[in-house]
Amino acid sequence: MHLHRYEKYWLYFGIGTLIVFLSVLGVGAFAMGQYPPSHDAVVDPLNVSETPPFDDPGLVQIDDQTYVANIVAMTFGYRPNVIEVPAGATVIFEVTSEDVIHSFTIPGTNVNMMVTPGHVNQARHTFTEPGSYLVLCNEYCGAGHHYMQMTIEVIEQ
Amino acid sequence: MIAKVKAGTEVNPSDAKLSMAYIYVAFTAFLIGAIAGVVQGLQRAGFIDLPAGINYYQVLTAHGLLLALVFTTYFIFAFLNAGMSKTLGAFPDKYRKTGWIGFLVLTLGTVLTTIMVLLNEGTVLYTFYAPLQAHPLFYLGLTLFVVGTWVAGGALLAHYFNWKRENPGQLTPLFGFMTVATILLWIVATIGVAATVLLQLLPWSLGISERVNVLLSRTLFWYFGHPLVYFWLLPAYMAWYIVIPKIIGGRLFSDSLARLAFILFLLLSIPVGFHHQLMEAGISPFWKYIQTVLTFAVVVPSLLTAFSIFATFEITGRAKGATGLFSWWKKLPWNDVRFFAPFIAMLTFIPAGAGGIINASHQMNAVVHNTLWVVGHFHLTVGTTVLLTFFGISYWLIPVLTGRRLTPSVNRLGMIQTILWAVGMFFMSGAMHLLGLLGAPRRTAFTTYQDHPTALQWLEGMFANQATMSIGGVILFIAALLMIYNVIQLAFLAPKEQTEFPIGEVSSDASKTPPLLENWKLWVALAVALILVAYTVPLMDMIQNAPPGSPPFRPW
Repeated sequence: MHLHRYEKYWLYFGIGTLIVFLSVLGVGAFAMGQYPPSHDAVVDPLNVSETPPFDDPGLVQIDDQTYVANIVAMTFGYRPNVIEVPAGATVIFEVTSEDVIHSFTIPGTNVNMMVTPGHVNQARHTFTEPGSYLVLCNEYCGAGHHYMQMTIEVIEQ
Repeated sequence: MIAKVKAGTEVNPSDAKLSMAYIYVAFTAFLIGAIAGVVQGLQRAGFIDLPAGINYYQVLTAHGLLLALVFTTYFIFAFLNAGMSKTLGAFPDKYRKTGWIGFLVLTLGTVLTTIMVLLNEGTVLYTFYAPLQAHPLFYLGLTLFVVGTWVAGGALLAHYFNWKRENPGQLTPLFGFMTVATILLWIVATIGVAATVLLQLLPWSLGISERVNVLLSRTLFWYFGHPLVYFWLLPAYMAWYIVIPKIIGGRLFSDSLARLAFILFLLLSIPVGFHHQLMEAGISPFWKYIQTVLTFAVVVPSLLTAFSIFATFEITGRAKGATGLFSWWKKLPWNDVRFFAPFIAMLTFIPAGAGGIINASHQMNAVVHNTLWVVGHFHLTVGTTVLLTFFGISYWLIPVLTGRRLTPSVNRLGMIQTILWAVGMFFMSGAMHLLGLLGAPRRTAFTTYQDHPTALQWLEGMFANQATMSIGGVILFIAALLMIYNVIQLAFLAPKEQTEFPIGEVSSDASKTPPLLENWKLWVALAVALILVAYTVPLMDMIQNAPPGSPPFRPW
């Protein structure tokens, strides 16, 4: 099939740009470990409150600067609904739902993940600045969806 | 203005009736959906409270379903049906009858679903994610909707393949070719949503099965949900490729490139659903990345289209005597709404497409996922690129079908309508994009999250403010009412006269189209192979490593 000369240049430029974009994303993911949240742990959504660690949700310190936050999302809130971490701490969030689909989203950070019932999703973030961080649900979960929130209080050491 | 046709009709009158039936339903849904849209926009900014216990999410469900699904689908079938009758000849009686059966099943499904939404029995938004559970009749309505489109699409396919049999060795008309690509894409894609509704959600809502595999249902939904946007876009591309060259008094740049672009859309728009699921558990990053690559590949046919269309503009302008680098620009018919509305649509597609690349990016999606940014993107692509093109089509299609003419006053109102739409969308979608970058969520009623400072800044910005969004919505609503007025003029009140159905001819120096492009068996087989590559392993994984399923919830 005949392609006009200018059209060829246009397509070379376009396809070349795509290859660059995809390479950046691919190197970021597979060489530097910047994956989107894709955890594969599962849990029975009806027995979340009896299944460790979600029977006792909250913050667990695992080393000097690292914490795991086990959080349960439900209509229309999170358990617990406030956690306190020292500035500079890295928090690994492990979140599951005991009913419908929610999200766990901290505006202003890269923590933004879907919480589907039956799965435990995971994201991590290092809180360098002290302050009150809002966590909200950005997946419609019913009539009280817009009330669903919690806060992360990052306090000066 | 368009050439007047002296004798005979452009579209067989019996076929025109079916197309007009689609048009009536389309614009009725458009009006109700637009009312739901403006009400919801005002609530979201905190300007009004919804009266009579109406739930914000109920109005949101109605807005999404009526505009994104009902208006688009009905309009597309009106356009395809009329264009097939024009380019391939009148439908034989049996196919026309099949077309009507499709219309009736589709409409039964639409009415049933709309009633359940209005009764607050289907407040599950337009994505109906399990384990939110709607009334069984809501799912039944959706099923009838899909089956109706299959029957109606079957009539279009039958007409095309019948023509092909009767004219062996001939190149099929471009309009028919593109219609077949569009309908095939739709049928292959809707198999996913039909599977989740029929095998998962309907039995579960009737109590036959107790629990549902949530991740599987989401995956089947998005297997359909992304190609759905190409089902909206391809008819707009058809108008750009075939109709616009005629309206500006030129010829189509290249027949074979147009066909190649449509084949690429058929191949590449289906195996990409994971880019809507980048932020969720249970799918490995590797498979998410594979589908990101395939998503990006869809840019290639869009680039082909952009080149082809602007080449047509330039060649036409030069043929009309333009010289110099850009003076052909002035030779385009800027005062003709049939050109102006689709042109604004094309222009909008440039930022809209760029935003799409951001949404589909493996990790970058975390910044914008489920924020107002996505809603802004959606209103640029579907709400402007597709809709303004469809409005542009309406300005000649309705007169063709009703035997009336586009009067200068409706043309002028159409220009105003287009400008209002663009301005309204600039404010609404612009504010949505910025608010999304600041983290404001989508699909959320008015809230300040207990006056948290992060949420309050969404109400305080100069431009990035939920009030700006809502003002844009009001301008859009005025434009929508003007459109309804124009449609009524063209359907019932404009003077009687035959109007020409504009079908562009291929440029005389374009090369011959290779017959390979019309080998549908090959393209469908390739499409299926790509789908199997992209989905087999992750789907098996979702079934084998599934958590215990979910019972139903109705938290509204």
